Amino acid sequence: MSLDRRQFLAVGGAVLASAALAPGMRLVELAEARSPDQAVTNAQRWGILVDTTRCAEGCSACVSACNKENGLQQNVRLDIRPQWIRTVTLQDEQTGYVQTLPMMCQHCEEPPCADVCPTGASFRRADGIVLVDRHICIGCRYCMMACPYKARSFVHENLTGQRADVPRGKGTVEGCNMCVHRVDEGRIPACVEACNYDGGKALTFGDMRDPASEIAKRLATQQSEEIRPNLNLDTGVRYQGL
Amino acid sequence: MKFTDFREIEGRSLGYWGLLGFLGILIVAGLAAAYYMESNGHHVTGMNNQIVWGIPHVFAVFMIVSASGVLNVASIASVFGRAMYKPLARLSGLLAITLLIGGLTVLVLDLGKPDRLIVAMTTYNFKSIFAWNIFLYTGFMVIVAVYLWMMMERRMNVFTKHAGMVAFLWRLTLTTGTGSIFGFLIAREAYDSALLAPMFIIMSFSFGLAIFILYTMAAYNLTGRPLGDAILHRLKNLLGVFVAAVLYFALVYHLTNLYMTAHHAFEKFILLDGGVYTALFWIGQVLIGGVLPLLILFNGQLGRSRPMIALAAALVLVGAFCQVYVIIVGGQAFPLIIFPGKIVSSSFFDGAIGQYRPSLPEVMLGIGGVSLAMAMTTFAIKVLPFLPLSLADEDVDPHHAAAAKGTEAAHA
Ligand code: SF4
Ligand code: SF4
Repeated sequence: MSLDRRQFLAVGGAVLASAALAPGMRLVELAEARSPDQAVTNAQRWGILVDTTRCAEGCSACVSACNKENGLQQNVRLDIRPQWIRTVTLQDEQTGYVQTLPMMCQHCEEPPCADVCPTGASFRRADGIVLVDRHICIGCRYCMMACPYKARSFVHENLTGQRADVPRGKGTVEGCNMCVHRVDEGRIPACVEACNYDGGKALTFGDMRDPASEIAKRLATQQSEEIRPNLNLDTGVRYQGL
Repeated sequence: MKFTDFREIEGRSLGYWGLLGFLGILIVAGLAAAYYMESNGHHVTGMNNQIVWGIPHVFAVFMIVSASGVLNVASIASVFGRAMYKPLARLSGLLAITLLIGGLTVLVLDLGKPDRLIVAMTTYNFKSIFAWNIFLYTGFMVIVAVYLWMMMERRMNVFTKHAGMVAFLWRLTLTTGTGSIFGFLIAREAYDSALLAPMFIIMSFSFGLAIFILYTMAAYNLTGRPLGDAILHRLKNLLGVFVAAVLYFALVYHLTNLYMTAHHAFEKFILLDGGVYTALFWIGQVLIGGVLPLLILFNGQLGRSRPMIALAAALVLVGAFCQVYVIIVGGQAFPLIIFPGKIVSSSFFDGAIGQYRPSLPEVMLGIGGVSLAMAMTTFAIKVLPFLPLSLADEDVDPHHAAAAKGTEAAHA
């Protein structure tokens, strides 16, 4: 089975949104990833809430989990190593207060990456997850120029040890996809799982539009904010304690 | 006005074929470099996840911007009706097409997936200015080709003015589009300015004319055809005006940025402590590409010497390259300000100045693109009548001829 075919199968739910663009295509793959009666709609909006006060300095459980889940090699030069999630250390210029927090694709409701992408490879799925379709990405890196959060990586080298359900390819751009393959199976992203298991329980994943979900309740009752709010991107990743 | 006699160049000498052969070698080297980068992946280049657009993009943008600017000479003739520029119009259109092809070739060959060019040509996201540019560029080539045909085919001459007008408007749009590739990047300090698009237009005037002057001087020199001072001095004076305008725009761009508190850090970076970028700005763009050429071009003595005029045009191009480098690479090297008021650090170089060292393959790809444009031009003037047999004063400027006769009469 060719790599492309495997990637194709693996992209699973991700393909759904492109299916909306090109009806009739890729239906076979869809059926394997999730049952057709569960189509992706904007009735849901997946999001992650980060409580930075619980994010412990020196902890990198989320990063390791992401690398493992998505098969991101670590034996790569740092300046070209794909990093879908990273921990950032902030020190207040005035007070010297230090905090750490995880940064990843913020899954913007109005994603600049998708606006600038010439081919439409970067796209936002109806449920709010922003993805790159590796089959039409031409590797121009314009999305990397446009992303306000430095959330994307370009694959600079040949890949080995790829995971069957995570399509990747040299010469294309990639970033956090909220573990779309897991979400479509009803599981939570690997980073969130790891943080709740090994880390400081700083991450909460859920449907921001479901009033009964924990994330929606907390967003409604507690203070939270998006990063670079002046850009009005309405991000799907929100932060507390900034 | 006198009828201009356009003629193919002979192009049979050893020198001619030697030149084409040399350019051919550079083109092949560029292709080999692109293949090397493509098969190994971009880790063999200096580019990384911080500086995602490097030297290839500097070459490409430099050529694309110049391509639209070089058409000005033709526009002055047919849109603004200056008879003196008419003999130059064909070469101007030709260079516009070849430079654009050269620039686009570099851009495409640097893609992570150049083999997906078909995808790029068939799958469009109409929200993307990049996708629009694909139309602007292909449209430009078609329009200029038609324009050239109107100029070269006697029956069609009557339409030259209209075609020239369309081409002129199209080229303004095209340069605006190229500038907007950066102008739409609200996320980055360097590009968050409404001045970027107009600045690109004025840059194109200057870069394009400098290339035009150099190419014309070289072609007439090498073919032994006469090139008079009347036309050359007009061109160099015009170049002086454009160079001054580019300097002025750069000044306004940085002043308005300084006015906005949010951009102070970026301005400090480019103007004061950005290391190589500061040097490229002050020494490359301002001194070599602006002040020195102006001193030469407007100096009564130096401005009359041909080697000096050629030198000034070459300096303009060196400065132009530095300017595009500072805009593209310098603009990325300055880190995104994601958390204002915080000192940030991470394994992903948050808050750090981006590091970039151009690698040999990238440079070779860029030079290959320039060589492609030059080779196509040099070949085209051999097979089609692009160049007038003579650009001597009495052949281009009826007034000059009359004035010369007057003096002769007075002497007699
Ligand atoms: S954070 Fe960046 S990559 Fe993610 S959706 Fe927003 S613009 Fe796109
Ligand atoms: S690199 Fe790929 S995803 Fe990014 S803008 Fe270009 S084509 Fe779109």
